[in-house]
Amino acid sequence: MAIVFDGTRESYVEGLSEFLNSGQKDAPEWVTTLRREAISGFAKLGFPTLSDEEWRFTNLEALRRGSFSIAENGISGVSKKSVDSYGFSGLDCLRLVFVNGRFASSLSDTKDAGEGILVKSLSEAISEQSDLVKGHLARYADYEKDAFISLNTSYFEDGVFVYVPDGTVLEKPVHVLHVSTDEDRPLFINPRNLIVIGQSSVAKVIEHYVSASQSVYFSNVVTEVVCGENANLEHYRLEFESQKAFNFSTLRVNQQKNSNIASHSILCGGAIVRNNVHPVLAGEGCNSDIYGLFISEGRQHMDNFMRVEHASPHCDSRQFYNGVLDGRSKGVFHGRILVHEGAEKTDAKQTNRNLLLSDTAQIDTKPQLEIYNDDVKCTHGATIGQMDEEALFYLRSRGISMRQAKIIMLRAFTGETLEHMSIDPVREVLEGVVMKWFEKRLQNGKGR
Amino acid sequence: MLEVKNLHVQVDDKEILKGMNITVAPGEVHSIMGPNGSGKSTLAQVLAGKEAYEVTEGEVTFQGKDLLDLEPEERACEGIFLAFQYPVEIPGVANTYLLREALNAKREYWDEKPLKHIEFAKLAREKMKTLGIDEDLLKRSVNAGFSGGEKKRNEIFQMQILEPTLAVLDETDSGLDIDALKIVANGVNSMRDSGRSFIVITHYQRLLNYIVPDFVHVMVDGKIVRSGGKELAYELEEKGYAGF
Repeated sequence: MAIVFDGTRESYVEGLSEFLNSGQKDAPEWVTTLRREAISGFAKLGFPTLSDEEWRFTNLEALRRGSFSIAENGISGVSKKSVDSYGFSGLDCLRLVFVNGRFASSLSDTKDAGEGILVKSLSEAISEQSDLVKGHLARYADYEKDAFISLNTSYFEDGVFVYVPDGTVLEKPVHVLHVSTDEDRPLFINPRNLIVIGQSSVAKVIEHYVSASQSVYFSNVVTEVVCGENANLEHYRLEFESQKAFNFSTLRVNQQKNSNIASHSILCGGAIVRNNVHPVLAGEGCNSDIYGLFISEGRQHMDNFMRVEHASPHCDSRQFYNGVLDGRSKGVFHGRILVHEGAEKTDAKQTNRNLLLSDTAQIDTKPQLEIYNDDVKCTHGATIGQMDEEALFYLRSRGISMRQAKIIMLRAFTGETLEHMSIDPVREVLEGVVMKWFEKRLQNGKGR
Repeated sequence: MLEVKNLHVQVDDKEILKGMNITVAPGEVHSIMGPNGSGKSTLAQVLAGKEAYEVTEGEVTFQGKDLLDLEPEERACEGIFLAFQYPVEIPGVANTYLLREALNAKREYWDEKPLKHIEFAKLAREKMKTLGIDEDLLKRSVNAGFSGGEKKRNEIFQMQILEPTLAVLDETDSGLDIDALKIVANGVNSMRDSGRSFIVITHYQRLLNYIVPDFVHVMVDGKIVRSGGKELAYELEEKGYAGF
């Protein structure tokens, strides 16, 4: 029997014992204990509502009404060829493929990661490196405060585990591909990723969510990152879920002294999407660069929720988010910067720019600074607008067609965030995807 | 080449051009002078095809074609170039990219093969040299963060690349120091030939010392009130517009 969640809080709470009995019998006890603790967190929290300040703009009624179940089948219906089509041409990388949340080792390639480096599925790591995983898993993403983290921690099946020991460079980027397939009933998928980068080590990880179908499912992702002293991580989250999917993601980063992260979030798919990016700059002298681009059409809803937490002195953070919205889609940018009392000489900057291509698209942008130290520099800025008519006319007056002028302007706008990606093949693929999206819009005679 | 007949134009229900007439033959340089608000820039924008300007009466023919019937990009491809009074800043679009796109759009319009990167780069370098333009200006975003003088020089640079048949210079001299003014004037003069015409819109006679016009027109309150040779410019400099 499949475990079915009928949308009520009780069904998610009560489903856990069956989940533990079916697929998780061999799990170490600490994992089972963790899952139980987490579900009691969800029992207290339930799904957020519009009256929660942090969910003011995102209505979860449809999710609460939906019925979802844990996948029963193993991996099926995904060929190596289709997996290859999601790759990045010219990129030499390690690849882990997950189908409906489960590891597909036959489609993956994790050879030659490097001396002492671990790049494998989290479920394998839990049995093989139990202590190492235990020291980090669920230590950062707070399952007592966030309902989606609670659910993920209770029901996760798999995801990627990346461990780079001190003083080591992970030469190849890690491409983590999560594919969802068409199933009889809407699935509840909980990818869980854990990335641990040691002191002075370097890594690049690409989380990539795609759908082989256009079906309804509930994808609930949690990624925890530990960035050791002086370490350097570039992280990508590329969200191309089905247009009918619910996608909730949390990236929780713990940054130690003098560490650097660059995070890129690209949101394109999904019906209701919420992307939480939550770095904690825990040690002195950290740097966080957070880039995002969301493009929405139809009735898509994309909620970008930033919480940048400065907990130590002399840290810099930059948030740079651009949105392009068409149709009746809705976007949310919630940019919170929290500066703790001891975090003097914080330098935090936030920019959110939005381009509305239709009269019916809508964006709510909300900066929120919470500062408990006087000696800081924090700025924020948001703009909402249509395409610059003066610039379009200028381009046309040079002989460039209206259509091409719009494409040039859109490319410039999205380029502001994409240009910060250091992996060229990934950036190029994304530029191509974005161009296709624009061309489709302009063909429909829309977009101003 | 260009014939403007009884042109009436309004913006937001306010009439700006009130029966404008001007005829420009190939190879001629016409200067239009006049006080602020007389409609000089409106004429320039209307010729380029700005949609916010509504033509309520009159006609404009360019090389036998009804200009008002053409989209801005078609006018450009047909050979009209407007050097903007206030060139627009476009962050994120490299100057060189805009120029190559523009030039190739025009070539495509005339069924010519697009220029390859290397051919374009060669052409751009040649033109830059004569205008004293720094090569990094090509890589920078269009007009973004340019000084006033750089913006105006960039307009002339674009004109040199696109080689229009009719160039309209809208107060290209304003805000330029004497050295920049000479460079701009040289850029224009080097392009003068029997097949190419210019309309030079200016406030000051100063520019006309360097770009010597064949005709000078005085524009007041939406129409041309007097036309003459280059000596008219000196008269204006002495007496001002008060007499018109």
